[in-house]
Amino acid sequence: MTEPLLRVRDLRTYFVTERGSGTARAVDGVSFELYPGETLGIVGESGSGKTVTSLSVLRLIPEPPGHIRPGSYIEFEGRNLLTLAPAELRAIRGNQIAMVFQEPMTSLNPVFTVGDQIAEAAIIHQGLSRKAARTRAIEMLTLVGMPDPAERVDHYPHQLSGGMRQRVMIAMALVCHPKVLIADEPTTALDVTIQAQILELLERLQRELGMAIMLITHDLGVVAGTADRVVVMYAGQVVETASTPELFARPRHPYTEGLLAAVPRVDTPREQLRAIPGSVPAATEWPAGCRFHPRCPYAWDKCRTSEPPLLDAGAGHQARCWLVTEPARRSAPA
Amino acid sequence: MNLRAWLALLGALGVAWLAARAARRRAAGTAGGRRFFASPFAGLGVGVLAFFAVVAVAAPVVAPFQPDRQLDIIELVNRGPSWAHPLGTDLYSRDMWSRLVYGARVSLGIGALAMAVALTLGAAVGAAAGYFRRATDVVLMRLVDVGLAMPRLFLLIVAAAVWQHVSLGALILILGVTGWFGTSRLVRAEVLTLRERDFVTAARALGARPGRIIFRHVLPNVASPLLVSAALGIGNVMLTEAALSFLGIGVRPPTASWGNMIADGAGQIVAAPWTTLFPGLAIALVVMALNATGDALRDALAARPSSYEEET
Repeated sequence: MTEPLLRVRDLRTYFVTERGSGTARAVDGVSFELYPGETLGIVGESGSGKTVTSLSVLRLIPEPPGHIRPGSYIEFEGRNLLTLAPAELRAIRGNQIAMVFQEPMTSLNPVFTVGDQIAEAAIIHQGLSRKAARTRAIEMLTLVGMPDPAERVDHYPHQLSGGMRQRVMIAMALVCHPKVLIADEPTTALDVTIQAQILELLERLQRELGMAIMLITHDLGVVAGTADRVVVMYAGQVVETASTPELFARPRHPYTEGLLAAVPRVDTPREQLRAIPGSVPAATEWPAGCRFHPRCPYAWDKCRTSEPPLLDAGAGHQARCWLVTEPARRSAPA
Repeated sequence: MNLRAWLALLGALGVAWLAARAARRRAAGTAGGRRFFASPFAGLGVGVLAFFAVVAVAAPVVAPFQPDRQLDIIELVNRGPSWAHPLGTDLYSRDMWSRLVYGARVSLGIGALAMAVALTLGAAVGAAAGYFRRATDVVLMRLVDVGLAMPRLFLLIVAAAVWQHVSLGALILILGVTGWFGTSRLVRAEVLTLRERDFVTAARALGARPGRIIFRHVLPNVASPLLVSAALGIGNVMLTEAALSFLGIGVRPPTASWGNMIADGAGQIVAAPWTTLFPGLAIALVVMALNATGDALRDALAARPSSYEEET
């Protein structure tokens, strides 16, 4: 296999909470690789650490209260992003690694035209003149399928719909043709038809520009349609990783099973949607042993006391669950 | 006062009226503009400011005499208003109207320029404190506390006493340098909330350096409260300048400013009340106009976020 473009090793991002209620270990030992040209889905519930992971890659965690623990390692093209000087890091941000944010409503500056904002990265990294930047902004708007790009370029964010703003956000991120695009819930704030359009757009742009996409979402439906591989996160850790077809066919972690069971399906009529009981615990007090055990239907004594490592289940499939070593227990839920 | 000067005065009034009307017509096109002119005093305020601005710019045309020319030290001392001297003459037989016109240049100029200095300093300090926080914030804000704790007039009197002769430029600087404390607090508070906004994170993700983020993404979003505070602040600066000049440490005679015109007239306030009344009236008018404009601006701009959401 080719060399990974981005290699995250044992990433730990902690937040010191106020009034001494402890340290929130939002991301607690996450490792994964992103290969050139692939789409990697990162899935999990709210509070599982997906967004903090993505922000950590570009070191956009607000410090204080947050900090990335020493020993964490994020390698991009042979360099550790966590030890780069601010100027070197800025040269990568928006240029080599770009980001699309969740909320197109608030991620655009209300006092500038969208053209100015799309051109910003090109002005910063390529020193484009105002005129050239404007031309580039129109090109980018055309690329992301904005109707009337020559006119829209002078519009302010509030004049655009949510879907159009997300297109603008994507245009902003792609203006320097980055090698990695981090898309943090790019479709969550949009309605379903627009979601499909934006995902198609991302797929098309990936084919045309050949970038790798790190797609963060809580929606397995989104992952199924777009990602090549999936990383499932729970409680600040990677609990399962596999290729998308493998994950959907043979989920190894009870959490993934629960997530899959919770997806509403049109082909099997069901009166009530299934949900995983309970919710993600607070990041200040992860449970001892396996962090999922309080919500797990299979949990037994071992799960309460000792924390499983990521266990290899074959075919590039890994799961952080003792069931991998004792598959017989799966047939008899406790 | 000759026909030319009367015509010029009429012309200035006409230009001011036209300017206010044009502003109103343009404003009618936007929701914010309509809110601005919803207050009946806003139009009046803009008109008064436009009038004094025109008069100050066109002073040589509008003023019938040189402001410091003593016309006739025997016959024309402390004369009341007449057709030739609409605002009368002062103790030194100078034409009050001409002095008022040239004084507008000085008083308005000092007000605007000192405010510009104060805004620049206040915005820079407030933005730095709010954006970088931590030690920067603590040091700068304690500095501001000290500045706010000192009576400003006292500081100015000390400055004037230390340097004996204070030139116009120095006076503007001093007024500006002692006038930014409140602005910096206002800007800091705004920046503290803005720096947490998603578009600031987005700008950082694009690789923008802190300076670019502050000047391009944060400060333009502070523009509206800053504008309001500037409009209200200019009046305050003008009053301070008047007070200083009245105390004899502001604008030095024979240069006319509205403050030192009042000082000149104070001695014969009973015998020749017009020598204090008219410059006092001018100050009051301009300050009231600035306050009316500032209030209307605040009403127009404060409503923006809600209307912004309506549109989205």
